[in-house]
Amino acid sequence: MFQVRIHGRGGQGVVTSSELLSVAAFLDGYWAQAFPSFGSERMGAPVTAYCRIDSHEIRTHEPISIPDALIIQDATLVHQMDIFSGVSQNALVVINTPHSLDDPSIAAYIDGLEKVFNVPASEIARKHLGKPIPNLVLLGGLVALTGIITLKSLHEAILKRFTGDTGENNYAAAEELFDYVQNTFELPPPLSMPRRAEAIHA
Amino acid sequence: MLEQLEGSKAVARAVAMCRPEVICAYPISPQTHIVEALGAMVKDTTLEHCEFINVESEFGAMSVLIGASATGARSYTATSSQGLLFMTEAVYNAAGLGLPMVMTLANRAIGAPINIWNDYSDAMAVRDSGWIQLFAESNQAAVDLHIQAFHLSEEISLPVMVCMDGYVLTHAIEPLDVPDQELVDKYLPPFIPRQLLDPEDPVSIGAMVGPDAFTEVRYLAHAKQLKALQKIPEISTEFERLSGRKSGGLVRTYRAEEADTIVIGMGSVVGAIEDAVDDLRDSGISIGAISITTFRPFPLDALREAVGNPKRVVIVDRAFSVGMGSILATDVALALAHNDIRLYTVVAGLGGRAVTGISLKQCLSKAVKDDLEKLTFLDLDVDVVERELTRMEQSKRSGPSAENILRDLGTTTPETEGQL
Repeated sequence: MFQVRIHGRGGQGVVTSSELLSVAAFLDGYWAQAFPSFGSERMGAPVTAYCRIDSHEIRTHEPISIPDALIIQDATLVHQMDIFSGVSQNALVVINTPHSLDDPSIAAYIDGLEKVFNVPASEIARKHLGKPIPNLVLLGGLVALTGIITLKSLHEAILKRFTGDTGENNYAAAEELFDYVQNTFELPPPLSMPRRAEAIHA
Repeated sequence: MLEQLEGSKAVARAVAMCRPEVICAYPISPQTHIVEALGAMVKDTTLEHCEFINVESEFGAMSVLIGASATGARSYTATSSQGLLFMTEAVYNAAGLGLPMVMTLANRAIGAPINIWNDYSDAMAVRDSGWIQLFAESNQAAVDLHIQAFHLSEEISLPVMVCMDGYVLTHAIEPLDVPDQELVDKYLPPFIPRQLLDPEDPVSIGAMVGPDAFTEVRYLAHAKQLKALQKIPEISTEFERLSGRKSGGLVRTYRAEEADTIVIGMGSVVGAIEDAVDDLRDSGISIGAISITTFRPFPLDALREAVGNPKRVVIVDRAFSVGMGSILATDVALALAHNDIRLYTVVAGLGGRAVTGISLKQCLSKAVKDDLEKLTFLDLDVDVVERELTRMEQSKRSGPSAENILRDLGTTTPETEGQL
């Protein structure tokens, strides 16, 4: 099982991001489960969402306490809450920030983590969407880092939810981050997981 | 065909496939997505010949449904928590009058303290109302149970409540198969009401019944529920014949044969229990699980048979009767009254606390060694409870407990100095 936890703020599309990640994984032939952490939702408040991906049916519905990948949509959250709870040194951590990992605002929090990737998702979002909504952009980065989900499925998942330009622009931004990650970092070895079935769109 | 769907949306589609003629609901979390989706389907005419009636309250919703069902309309509503409590008088009436209808209960705790998250205190509050209560262990089960619920309800002329865990299931997005319209039309016969308000053939429904006949009318309600115990497996088998999927029924066993320990649960916790059973089996422990799908009528005989003769039974309940213990465990104990089986109760997942695999396995590992308290509250923070108990001992005016505990946990700001 591959477990992703996404942290962001109300209004950044945290829940949508986990949902579309699960749709993309499903389209790729995996079993997938997405759900938000439930609370009183309001703009700006910390929001967490979860996505599990597996070869077979997922029976548990508990929140993900030991994630294999962490997506941080808003780097200011690292000061505010314990978002690294349960994150092992090997977990993939994608942080949306224009700064380097040596930046004092981040460095102290990621000490000991081996696979941290800082990506300028908000800047890419602003370029393609005209606003800094980084949620789906970051999925492009995760796709590049994991190798279990295809860009084709991510494209389809985004278009199922957002029609027309909004969908295409979000995908274009995600694709740009995919390329950025591929060109900027030394990628971890791709994950492999048997599929539940053939990819649905293939 | 599997699709990646939110539990609520899938249930809404399944309900729409059943061609309800009247839907009436009042919004309350976490059931809201279901009726929102149905409302949209009525508006865009995906769901035809259906009236979506907006009302001022849950009491109004259930009252409208009683009227709708009495005029022969296939009727549906959904609610949660205090919404259910607010309609309680009408809930009893719907059952007492023997009016078929289906209600989704997206299970949520009842306040105080106010809490929007999942447990079964709402379902348990109306367990004696005369409604049939089915519990969905997964979103797929929720989809299938709704279709079976209409069939069952109209067949025996009683209202049916399908309980699905609020948020945990309603808001989870998973691969789900919503049967197609052709299958549902084949499965669900047209609604022929046993009693009908019809100007062409006038009757009255809802007579005042005195001591001379009240016992008999109530006994008939019980007899109908007992009849449901026969019907539910038939309806489930028929569904399986058409869909190829096993769902519904009274109880379901998982690796339970010849097991020394049986764990019994209802609803989504069953998934966590089955994961725990697999892990414990891998380490050589003889353990299995039983999921109770039908809670009212309670399947005493089917459960006794499914349990067999283990050394012990652990009941995991998402609600409890204050001052008494687990409600589910009381019913299970009655089913197993003549057997020499040690019973343990675990109250878990109250007010949305996650039932984690780690805690569940720790707890079951103790149970299999008979090293568990008879009644355990899973992951109870004893220190927090002790602190408040001490405060109450020390001062007559120790203040509101919920607020005190939240302050202890640092969830709210500490009281400023000098305030006391």
